[in-house]
Amino acid sequence: MLYFSKLKVIFIYSLIIFLSYFSFSNFLSQNYKLFDNKINLGLDLQGGSYLLLEIDSNPIVLQKLQNKFSDLKKFFREQNIKFQNIKIENNQIYFEIDENSKDKFISVFTNKNDNSINNYFEKYKAFEFDHEINGNKVLINYSKFGIIEIKNSSIDLALEIVRRRVDEAGTNEPNILKRGNERILVELPGLDDPSRIKNLLGKTANLTFRFISDDDAEGFGSEKMFFEDNIEEAIVSKRIILSGDNLIDAQPRMDNQTNQTVVTFSMDRLGTKKFAKATIAGVGKRLAIILDNKIISAPVIREPITGGNGQISGDFNFQSATDLALLLRSGALPAPLSIIEERTVGPDLGKDSIYAGTIALIIGFILVILFMFFKYRIFGLIADFALVVNLFLLIGVLTIFEATLTLPGIAGIILTVGMAVDANVLIFERIKEEIKIEKNNVIAFDSGYKKAQTAVLDANITTLIAATILFFFGSGPVKGFAVTLGVGIVSTLFSVYYFARHLTSSYVFKNKEKIISI
Amino acid sequence: MFNFKSDIQFINYFRIFIFISLILIIISIGSIFYKGLNFGVDFKGGTLIELRVENTEIGIGDVRQSFIKMNLGDVNVKKFGKGNDYLIKFEQTDKNKENFIENIKTQLSKNLGGNFSFRRVENVGPKVSGELLRSGLIAIVLSLSAMLIYIWIRFEWQFSLGAIIALIHDVIITIGFFSILEFEINLSIVAALLTIVGYSMNDTVVIFDRVRENLKKYSSKTINEISNLSINETLSRTIITSLTTLLALLSIFFFGGKILQGFSFAMILGVIFGTYSSIFIANPILMKLKVSQKSLLKED
Repeated sequence: MLYFSKLKVIFIYSLIIFLSYFSFSNFLSQNYKLFDNKINLGLDLQGGSYLLLEIDSNPIVLQKLQNKFSDLKKFFREQNIKFQNIKIENNQIYFEIDENSKDKFISVFTNKNDNSINNYFEKYKAFEFDHEINGNKVLINYSKFGIIEIKNSSIDLALEIVRRRVDEAGTNEPNILKRGNERILVELPGLDDPSRIKNLLGKTANLTFRFISDDDAEGFGSEKMFFEDNIEEAIVSKRIILSGDNLIDAQPRMDNQTNQTVVTFSMDRLGTKKFAKATIAGVGKRLAIILDNKIISAPVIREPITGGNGQISGDFNFQSATDLALLLRSGALPAPLSIIEERTVGPDLGKDSIYAGTIALIIGFILVILFMFFKYRIFGLIADFALVVNLFLLIGVLTIFEATLTLPGIAGIILTVGMAVDANVLIFERIKEEIKIEKNNVIAFDSGYKKAQTAVLDANITTLIAATILFFFGSGPVKGFAVTLGVGIVSTLFSVYYFARHLTSSYVFKNKEKIISI
Repeated sequence: MFNFKSDIQFINYFRIFIFISLILIIISIGSIFYKGLNFGVDFKGGTLIELRVENTEIGIGDVRQSFIKMNLGDVNVKKFGKGNDYLIKFEQTDKNKENFIENIKTQLSKNLGGNFSFRRVENVGPKVSGELLRSGLIAIVLSLSAMLIYIWIRFEWQFSLGAIIALIHDVIITIGFFSILEFEINLSIVAALLTIVGYSMNDTVVIFDRVRENLKKYSSKTINEISNLSINETLSRTIITSLTTLLALLSIFFFGGKILQGFSFAMILGVIFGTYSSIFIANPILMKLKVSQKSLLKED
């Protein structure tokens, strides 16, 4: 175990130099860098906000079921399938089928190819809907896979909208990711007050233009709605003149005549046509502008608006007008999002944490180095060198993979420092025993390394197992701990078994004849 | 220094230490069930605010009063680190409440004046906290099982059982300490527990490795003699490694900042009990299970 071929030595030292370069490059200024790789600081160290959003997909499923309800009726008529008493009950479609149409219904509804009414998913090998026939009573509802498809498509849409809103709000390098098919993770580095983003993300931004009804009470085609102040209310028609989908742009503006902040918008061609038609017919009526079931304002239409541009006035200041314009530009969410987890760290706490972590690392490092030196002298120095190299390797690997360093991650590095010497201690203690029974230094050292090997490996693999499990089950900062601990074990084994062993072997070959004491 | 060339008769002390361990475990489990655990917002849900007040005339009483006024449910205020830093925990979260944190800030500046800042805000809904707790428990159980299987593969079932009982001993006592001292259990404590499992295993494995080697080497010795010999042979390594690890952990505890203190405290307990259990729990079990040279025959 003490012999190293030249090639191996070159390889070991090149790897050390290579990784050390990366670990130093974190501290180099941009101009002197060969690579752009650097360790990212976690939100707990650089400050910032972590938000976990969850979409409530139940209303979407219900909405889709209602659409399907109309489609189904139309489809049955086209296909000449006789049915009666169709209705939606407990989130299921219920109807009674004519005995003669039963076979036809089953054959078209369970047709695997080109089924327009009950989609067959090749990837799941399953239908969009489950159906249950009991005599002539039929129940249809979404299958597990139908719901997964709805969730997937709505989370994808929500992700897109969230991304647009966060980007438009001008945050610095946001990180927006899908988590499963119901959640979206938003990381906003450097943001210590996420309240604006939270308000932007908390709005569905469903915009509609509808006429205020002349009736005093709610009717079949109208509903009661509150204004934004939650006091004033009005009866509005359920018929939607124009929705947010038809807008192509929206901007905050200062209205020169009234000196009020307004939001101006422009419509696409279809929207322009619809809006023109409605406003021509509705001169003198009040048109309610409704956002998420609250009336922003309800101006009287003085003249038809045919040019495809309009403006929304309301009780805006410049900030709220800017935000409304942003919401309108980025589009409506398919369903409301709620914030189920938030973690925000202010920049000064982050700085304090980096400072404390660095101090603890330096002190821990010095204590361990001194301890090893006093305990093992020359071999302690070798173990200390190995520890320094180990740190460079560890930081170098983290840099190459651009890992995220968190506060627990720093703790993992410090812990690695404390535990890394273990491998060398195991080996040195073993060599001590071997020297007692073997006079030849080279043989004694060689068998010391050999006999310690299984213990060193077993001991490190157990910690590696713990780190791996932590990596998969830990969240956020704790994952950072698992990463540094795990990488630390690998770098420890390398620094001990290649670097320190090489140093030891050089020393032993030089002092073959002398009495070596550990 | 730390050269334990000694020939300590560890086996003579096994009985008394097992007795002590049993008492510690009973106290721990009793406290966990009777007194419960002080779960942080990670596992209980709720809101945590780390508040720094610049005005030194404002005391903890003022801070507590102004939070209680806001009707946020059960409010817990305590000092945190430096004189004017406070950690405030309460039940409510901002789920679907617009400007929740904003409103707290506004009300607080009415009561305390403007000179304060929120250094950290954590807000965990009940669904997420339930999931975090579940995945934490799964992680601990999984890591214990992984260790059980690993040692089973590398050694024999008797070794695996001995090691796992030692690990469970360490985890229960560490959690027991947290329960008795009412220290907060959060995500980083789970990380510490997993690391303790790894560390304690590491310690046990080194001794077991030597037990296995000595079993092969001395065909006439009993497991009691071999266990005692192996502990003695590895003792200086056991102590040196525990010391260097403790040095690193103490430096995190004293210098690494308030946030890492719970984590490093758990680790310190774990390293102490892990080292202890490797000698005084894992080995007596090997003896109880009558491990002998024959137990290893299957392997070679």
